[in-house]
Amino acid sequence: MRNYIIRRTLNLLLVLFVVSILIFLLIRLAPGDPARVMAGEHASPEALAAMRKQWGLDKPIVEQYIIWLAHALRGDFGRSIQSHESVLRELLLRFPNTFELSLFAMIFAFLIGLPAGIVSAVKRYSIFDYGSMVLALFGVSMPVFWLGIMLLLIFGIWLNWLPIGGRLSVYISLKPITHFYLIDSLIELNFPAFWDTIKHLILPSIALGTIPMAFIARITRSSMLDVLHQDYIRTARSKGLSESKIIRKHALRNALIPILTAAGTEFALLMGGAILTETVFSWPGIGTYIIQAVNARDYPAVQGSVIFVALLIAIVNLFVDIAYAYIDPRIHYK
Amino acid sequence: MRHYSFASDTMRSLRRNKAAMLGLIIIVLFVFMAIFADKMAPLNPLAQNLSNNLKPGFWAHNTKNLLGTDEFGRDLLSRIIFGSRISLTVGFIAVLIGVLLGATFGILAGFFGGWIDEVIMRTVDVMFSLPSILLAIVIVAVLGRGLDKAMIAIGITYAPQIARIVRSETLSVVNNEYVEAAKAIGTPSGTTMWKHILPNVLSPIIVYGTLSIGSAILDAAALGFLGLGAQPPTPEWGAMLADSFHSITGGYWWVETFPGIAIALTVLGFNLLGDGLRDAIDPRLRGKG
Repeated sequence: MRNYIIRRTLNLLLVLFVVSILIFLLIRLAPGDPARVMAGEHASPEALAAMRKQWGLDKPIVEQYIIWLAHALRGDFGRSIQSHESVLRELLLRFPNTFELSLFAMIFAFLIGLPAGIVSAVKRYSIFDYGSMVLALFGVSMPVFWLGIMLLLIFGIWLNWLPIGGRLSVYISLKPITHFYLIDSLIELNFPAFWDTIKHLILPSIALGTIPMAFIARITRSSMLDVLHQDYIRTARSKGLSESKIIRKHALRNALIPILTAAGTEFALLMGGAILTETVFSWPGIGTYIIQAVNARDYPAVQGSVIFVALLIAIVNLFVDIAYAYIDPRIHYK
Repeated sequence: MRHYSFASDTMRSLRRNKAAMLGLIIIVLFVFMAIFADKMAPLNPLAQNLSNNLKPGFWAHNTKNLLGTDEFGRDLLSRIIFGSRISLTVGFIAVLIGVLLGATFGILAGFFGGWIDEVIMRTVDVMFSLPSILLAIVIVAVLGRGLDKAMIAIGITYAPQIARIVRSETLSVVNNEYVEAAKAIGTPSGTTMWKHILPNVLSPIIVYGTLSIGSAILDAAALGFLGLGAQPPTPEWGAMLADSFHSITGGYWWVETFPGIAIALTVLGFNLLGDGLRDAIDPRLRGKG
C-alpha cells in the first residue's frame, strides 16, 4: 500500500510537470514579445527590462522554463498584471470560495443522484426508472450556465427567495479568519452570517451539482444492476434477508466502487462547471479569476491558475485512488 | 442467404430504438432550420429597432415577434433560427478537427508503439488532467477570441478521448493477418494505416463523434457565454445569453429562456442519437448506463 501511494504521488508529480511544460509553451505561443505579454500592454520600458531580467526572457527557451519552474516550486507564479498581487496569494484567497461551492454541489449531487440511481436499479423499467433517466439525460444536455440563469430567474427574481449572486449580503459583516465563510461564521458565532452564507450557496450549488448528479445517477444505476445479478445476492435472498438489508449491506457496498472511481472525473467536471457557474452568480472564486485573467490577457495569472487547478484535480484523483484501494479488499497494488 | 451489411444492420437496430429516432428527428429539424434559415426567419436577425426593445412575444399577443425581442429590439425567433446555423456548424467542425487530430495520433500510437506511443499517450493523460472547458479557455486566451478560434480550441480538447479510443482499436487490428501481409509485401506504413487500419477503426470514431457533437455545441455556447467565442452581434445561442444576461433582473425572462432551450434541445438530440448509435454498433454496451 505504501509503495502504491508513493508510486501514485510520483505519477502525480510527473503529470504536473508535463502540464507545466504544456502551459508554459502555450503561453509562449501568444503573439508578441513575452516580456510585454507578461508585463501587460501598458508597461514602461523599465518594467519590461526588469521583467526580462527576472524571468530570463532573453535566454533560450529551455533556460526560461527552468527559471520559471524554480520560481514556481517556491510558490512564485509571478505577479498578476491587473492587481500587481502575487498570483498564488490571490488564488489561495479565492480557493475557499470555490471549495465551499464545490463541496455543496457534490453533497447535492450525491444526495439526489445516489438514491435516484439505486431506486432506478431496484425498480428497473418502472415509471420512476424511466422518469429519473429522462431527467438525467436532460441534466447532461443542458448548459450549466443556462440552468444557473433559470434558477436565478425563478428563485432569485420571481419568487425572491434567494439572493441572485455574490458570496455574502452587503449588510452582513464577517471577519475573515480561515476565509471559509461557513467556518468563520461559526467560529465567531455569527449566525446571521452563517445563514446568509448558506442562502448564497444554494442556487449555485444546485446549478453546479446537476451534471455530476446526472452522472452519479447513471453510474449508480448501471453498477447496482450489475451487482444485483450476482450469485451472492441470490444467496442473501435465499437466506431470507430483508430486501432493504440486501440492498444496503450487499448490493450498495459493492456497487459503490465504480461510483467512487468516477468521483475523480466528476471533480474535474465540477471545476470546469465552476468557471461557468461562478460567472453567472458573480461568485468570487477561482473560476471568475481565470475568466478575468483571460479577458485582461493577464498571462501570469492564467498560467498560475491552470497549474493550480491541475494540482487540485491531481490531488483529488490521488485521494480517490487511495480510498479505492482501502474500500476494495480485492485490489492489491504491487 | 441474406446479406447483412454493417450499415444496414446498424440502421435496423437504430430504427427499433425510439429514443434514438427521436434524437434523429430533433437533429433533422434543426439541420432543416439551419439550411433554410433565410426562408424561415420572419425578420432580419441583425436588424435593430430600439423603440421596440424587450417586447414580450406570443403570450402577450405579439404576432410580429413570436418569441419577443432582445434589448436592441431584434427579433428573438429569427436570431434563434439563424443561431442554429452557427451552433451546428461549430459542433460539426470542432468534432471534425478533434477526430482528425485524435484519429491521426491514435493510429500512429497504436501502429508504431514504442516511444511514439509513450509520448502521445502521456500527452493525452495530461490533457485529461484538466477540465476540457478550461483547456479550451486557455487555448482561446492564446489564439485570441472568436468563433473560428473557439472551434479549433474545442476540437483540440476532444482529440485526447478520440486518440485513446482509436489507439486501443488500432492495437486490436494491428496484428491481424491482413496487416501482417501488407507489411510483408512492403506496403509503406502510411498506406497500411490509411487502407487497412483506418477502415477498421471507423465505427468507434463515428459513435464517439456523434456523442461529441452535443458536448461540442455545449462547449461552444459556454465559450460564447464567457465572451470568448462568437462576438456580438452574431446570433450565437451562448453569446445571446451573455448579451442579454443583465436584462433578467428586469424580469425579461424570454431573452434568457429561449436560446437556452434551443441549446438544450439540440444537444439532447445528439445525445439520444449518439447513445442509440453506440448501442447499435457495439452490442456489448446494450442495456448498460
